[in-house]
Amino acid sequence: MFSSFMSSINDFVVRFANVNGTGSASANLLFAKSIFRMGVPIAPKNIFPSNIQGLPTWYEVRVSEKGYLGRRAGIDLMVSVNPQSMKKDIESVRPGGYFLYDSTKPLHPEFIREDIHYIGVPLMKICNDEYTDPRQKQLFKNIVYVGALAVLLDIEFAVLETLLAEQFKGKEKLVAPNVKALAIGGDYIRKHFTFPLEFKVERRDLVGDSILIDGNSAAGLGAVYGGASVVSWYPITPSTSLVSAFEEYANELRIDEETGKNNFAIVQAEDELAAIGMAIGANWNGARSFTATSGPGVSLMSEFLGLAYYAEIPVVLVDVQRAGPSTGMPTRTQQSDVLSAAYASHGDTKQVLLFPSTPKECFDMMADSFDLAEQLQTPVIMLTDLDLGMNDNMSKPFQWDDSRKYKRGKVLNAEELENVKTTWGRYLDIDGDGVPYRTLPGTHPTSGAYFTRGTSHNEYAAYSEDSDTYVRIMNRLLLKLETAKTLVPKPEFYLSEKQSEIGMVFFGTTTYSACEALDILKSQGITCDAMRLKAFPFNHEVKDFMNRYERIFVVEQNRDAQLRSLLVNELDLHPNKLIKVLNFDGTPITADFISQSILQTLALA
Amino acid sequence: MSYIKPKFHHPLLPKNNLGYTRKDYEGSISTLCAGCGHDSISAAIVEACFALNVEPHKVAKLSGIGCSSKTPAYFLQNSHGFNSVHGRMPSVATGANLANCDLVYLGVSGDGDSASIGMGQFVHVVRRNLNMVYIVMNNGCYGLTKGQDSATADRGSISKGGDATLFEGIDLCSLAIELGATFVAQSFSGDKSQLVPLIEAAMSHRGFALINVLSPCVTFNNNPGSTKSYTYVREHNEALGNIDFVPVGNEITTTYNEGESVQVTMHDGSKLRLNKIDNQWDPQDRLSIISALKTAQQKHEILTGLLYVDKDSVPLHVKLNTTETPLNQLQEDKLCPGNNRLQEINVGLR
Repeated sequence: MFSSFMSSINDFVVRFANVNGTGSASANLLFAKSIFRMGVPIAPKNIFPSNIQGLPTWYEVRVSEKGYLGRRAGIDLMVSVNPQSMKKDIESVRPGGYFLYDSTKPLHPEFIREDIHYIGVPLMKICNDEYTDPRQKQLFKNIVYVGALAVLLDIEFAVLETLLAEQFKGKEKLVAPNVKALAIGGDYIRKHFTFPLEFKVERRDLVGDSILIDGNSAAGLGAVYGGASVVSWYPITPSTSLVSAFEEYANELRIDEETGKNNFAIVQAEDELAAIGMAIGANWNGARSFTATSGPGVSLMSEFLGLAYYAEIPVVLVDVQRAGPSTGMPTRTQQSDVLSAAYASHGDTKQVLLFPSTPKECFDMMADSFDLAEQLQTPVIMLTDLDLGMNDNMSKPFQWDDSRKYKRGKVLNAEELENVKTTWGRYLDIDGDGVPYRTLPGTHPTSGAYFTRGTSHNEYAAYSEDSDTYVRIMNRLLLKLETAKTLVPKPEFYLSEKQSEIGMVFFGTTTYSACEALDILKSQGITCDAMRLKAFPFNHEVKDFMNRYERIFVVEQNRDAQLRSLLVNELDLHPNKLIKVLNFDGTPITADFISQSILQTLALA
Repeated sequence: MSYIKPKFHHPLLPKNNLGYTRKDYEGSISTLCAGCGHDSISAAIVEACFALNVEPHKVAKLSGIGCSSKTPAYFLQNSHGFNSVHGRMPSVATGANLANCDLVYLGVSGDGDSASIGMGQFVHVVRRNLNMVYIVMNNGCYGLTKGQDSATADRGSISKGGDATLFEGIDLCSLAIELGATFVAQSFSGDKSQLVPLIEAAMSHRGFALINVLSPCVTFNNNPGSTKSYTYVREHNEALGNIDFVPVGNEITTTYNEGESVQVTMHDGSKLRLNKIDNQWDPQDRLSIISALKTAQQKHEILTGLLYVDKDSVPLHVKLNTTETPLNQLQEDKLCPGNNRLQEINVGLR
């Protein structure tokens, strides 16, 4: 009656169904990290509601020997500790899969499926018998199921014990009861079930020196290293933890040793408009400053982004994208702010965008974004998403070159102002690269002062409604964008040995699944060259790639194929050659979805 | 268009302690209507900066959008200016101030800019006690879009077109005091002798200093029946008393009768001397000014002068415990923790 299961090592998906706010997160992380410590790649994901306590929440861990870090559909093992979502959870187990549940009370007959296995562990009863304190009963229930999983999946107990010892460093007396809870769970499985399951973990050496961190923390740390000293923000999921991370790292790394004072300032603004306004004010005055938000915040910040674009003020904004439009699905992922960010604000504007795919890139691009913004004197928007920002991602470790100097761009100091031979003009393009020289308030008693304005202005920052002047300045801003193309990161290519007939384009978190899809296609005899975009404006490498193929699949996570529109619009491409592959249901895109979409299109052709 | 004034001037123009003449504090020629109250305020700013011996380039002048917000072009030509977006000057000023605590931040706004579109930012810059001078050039109407009522227009005030304002006017001074503002003053553009020392005092205050200046719009709101016209403000102006601003090191020369004057020593050592008309009111007592303002409102009087000052004001930088060095001057050695620390962080993430 069960569909037969190929035994598999280090290749499965476990999902935990929990109740928000019950302490399950740390137990689930313990589970995930133990596999990571055994040298096996993992991709954990939180699937959570916009709620603080009480609603269902899920945690999913994909274990992949091949290092595929994208989401995979189909649950091999469901750990159910939430009766609220049980019906749906049982339905989501794939045929032949396993359902581990709290068997303190018998399962209702309607929950019985003929094609899956049930593993009943009386979690509540075990905890009621072992512990008296109600909070302990709750918390240790989570550890008991981790112990049960360890036996079912052959996870080394010693690794779990080490992790617990690290977790409770300084609170050593908590280690023993946790270890005991693990053992209780493990023993129960040993007594009542055959173990391990046909899919399990085996120690490997596949993670090397990788780290496990969420993209928001990585970006927050990158901002500390990149020299941000003024941070303004307004809370919004899923970007809030980015500023929290900056604050935590700054409190650790940026307190002046001599004075004990802060070498940074953080202000929680009254709204997103104020948050970007403060960041612009600080950058105007020569401090590196950023704010972080999500889609609704970008809408609110658009007016200010136009000012910064036109008045040529550096500023860094991180948009951790979530599912829109409007409030949308605040705790679900999407890549749907590409157009609103690229053309943020009224009038003719084009903004510089960065698309990181991994925590390492969140760190690097965040630090680089301040260089870019100051070199170009314009806003730089880093577009991440909830999937990258709020989930632990396996990543290459962070590196910093200690000889690196911040690129502060063209800022004249008092001496340089003295040496300016002709009249200095704030918006005068001396170097022919579209980037003028700026000055900071307080630099010189008699030269370099100017009036920053969002109204039309001439090269000397004076108000002007002269058409020729206006056109000249607007065209120079386009020239500056050409300079931007030489400074923003180039795309990454995934090319087959012989040029294939079809191409694929993607960016950000789509990368994991897109690369896996390339392997799936290859296994079916279809070669496909691919390009991962890292930035906008598109540099000539992007254009060359787009011109090289007859048909290009543009894979992205929004309904309206926004990246495709941007490519068509900016590179004058024929729309027919760009084929949409779109996932926008709020869950991370999967390799199966991408490869199936492409195979279907090719079959129809 | 703004016009550049000729740079030459009479060699015998008086100079301040820094060697600057008044001309060094001026800006380009105003393009506002002849007789606009705002130009008088610009002149008062020039006078106050000259008298206070402020280095012109150590001032940052910021504004939003509207007639008032155009004025920073008309004073302090050697100061950096920032004409931001409508109602958002407070946030830009906040960021700028956080980046460099060493400059004087002079914000100029209007009643539309502060009491309508920018009300949110106004409220929050007050409660953060940002160290800045915030001047509202308040004329009760939107001049630049041809005279619509603003939120500070009093109920019943008659517009140029003859209509009475339907809604309650917002009193920015009362609001600021409610919000915990640490320096609140009200003045009239036509009373330079009061306005100049108030600006000097505001610039010496360490924290948020609001000066709400009634500044009639000669073109759209100077008609009979308007409560923001020159005639009305002159007739209903109830000055709380003379104010003397005594800079650091200067001697006090004026004398007042015992019990009629209050002296406040500012954070920088300068002194404010006020002779009082109303003995019920004490400029360092928040409750007494709330009561005085309510009473004046009932009597249709406009109280002017220094309304409230908290000499123990704690500005934002102190609250945030930021370093003494302006943040915009910190270099890599202070900002970047280096690769060794980063490798330690990596270890903790495995």
